[in-house]
Amino acid sequence: MSDLKRTPLFDLHVAAGARMVPFAGYELPVQYAAGVMKEHLHTREAAGLFDVSHMGQVLLIPKSGRIEDAQAALETLVPVSILGLGEGRQRYALFTNDGGGILDDLMVANRGDHLLLVVNAACKADDIAHLQTHLSDICEIRPISDRALLAIQGPKADVALSTLVPGAADMRFMDATALDWHGVEVWVSRSGYTGEDGYEVSVPEGIAAKFAEALLALDMVKPIGLGARDSLRLEAGLCLYGSDIDTNTTPVEAALEWAIQKVRRRGGDREGGFPGADRILRELEEGAPRRRVGLLPEGRAPMRVGTELFAEDRSVGGITSGAYGPSIERPVSMGYVTAEHAENGTKLDGEVRGKRMPVTVAGMPFRPSNYKR
Amino acid sequence: MKYTEDHEWLRVDGDVVVVGITEHASTQLGDVVFIELPEAETQVTKGDDVVVIESVKAASDISAPVDGEIVEVNDALADTPGKVNEDPTGDAWFFKMKVEDMSQLDDLMDEDAYNELIG
Repeated sequence: MSDLKRTPLFDLHVAAGARMVPFAGYELPVQYAAGVMKEHLHTREAAGLFDVSHMGQVLLIPKSGRIEDAQAALETLVPVSILGLGEGRQRYALFTNDGGGILDDLMVANRGDHLLLVVNAACKADDIAHLQTHLSDICEIRPISDRALLAIQGPKADVALSTLVPGAADMRFMDATALDWHGVEVWVSRSGYTGEDGYEVSVPEGIAAKFAEALLALDMVKPIGLGARDSLRLEAGLCLYGSDIDTNTTPVEAALEWAIQKVRRRGGDREGGFPGADRILRELEEGAPRRRVGLLPEGRAPMRVGTELFAEDRSVGGITSGAYGPSIERPVSMGYVTAEHAENGTKLDGEVRGKRMPVTVAGMPFRPSNYKR
Repeated sequence: MKYTEDHEWLRVDGDVVVVGITEHASTQLGDVVFIELPEAETQVTKGDDVVVIESVKAASDISAPVDGEIVEVNDALADTPGKVNEDPTGDAWFFKMKVEDMSQLDDLMDEDAYNELIG
């Protein structure tokens, strides 16, 4: 694993008994001694600490000094209202390509005089190049390479993080702000990737291990690996870039139209003006030929990525993510099916090891989210 | 006990051989969430995939360690797959085989050789 990068928490993971695996060019913990199931359930019951330092943090700083210029510039790359994003607020966004496909999904925070973008690890080099190509006249694009990113997730995340940075308790879902920890500025957003209340915290790499240790010193906080991160986000119905969404899926096919505000749609004040707008705006009105849906297999056998889906004997789609859901105590999947089979309750078959097994289209999230709105 | 390179254990019990997976294998697999067992009274050849075991991480096939007939399967595991993590060498046996040629077991590893394999 010599070519792999390490995060500032590498030693802490190893000391905590993690099994390290290569992931998006980094050596990251897939699980600790407790195992995926216990880590998943602990996050839903108390608070889990995740090292997501592999993700890309990028500042978009308007050369004019006016935040609106950076906001308007970013709107040329995403079908999302960035000008409508107030100071101290964060929003989910998508980089699209000219065909309407998704280049990456990301978080955008308005930090007053600039924007902070958090992008997927596997896409970050391409995302930065994409920003440079299209926005460098208007913005300085500054990748942040000296900060770790931690996520603290679960019903006790607010109590845990507030012990270190009391201001965290006053934040609402999708608030983003800078708070002080012993004279060090930490960037906190109330968000995450588990369906639970929680935070993502960007901290300078030099104090990252100390910050993590201070959280882990609390009884309610345990370290959580990539394995549980995946089953938690799957139960929450959240997409994994590269599996559930990619350049071949559009936002409407991916059932992500909630991320496209009215102002960017047909008839809106800032209609279109992003890559792939023709197709995406049309699909917003007419629907897409296929849809991402939740899928609940009958029985106990998980239906994993690659499982083909059938209606009668006709192939109608396939599964893009699937695993056992420890909190709902049954296997759970998501995938794409033709529009006519996308209705909740539709009975399909998934082919597992050559056998057709029943599976039902179901609404997502598979369990209610616990965001602090 | 005898062991295969696929991390199965075999225990001779009267005229049948009991088969399961080792503690090492169950730890490597992680939490087991699903097991598909063969039908009893199935003739199998060494290397045939006979059991599917799914953990929180992935699906794995377990193959027949020797030639013979599967005479009994541990149906209780279908409802309690987590037993494979709790008691892999006891309660969580997979199936029992009638083995035609018991000398096939001589080719398998003993405990020392297996411990060396898993380091």
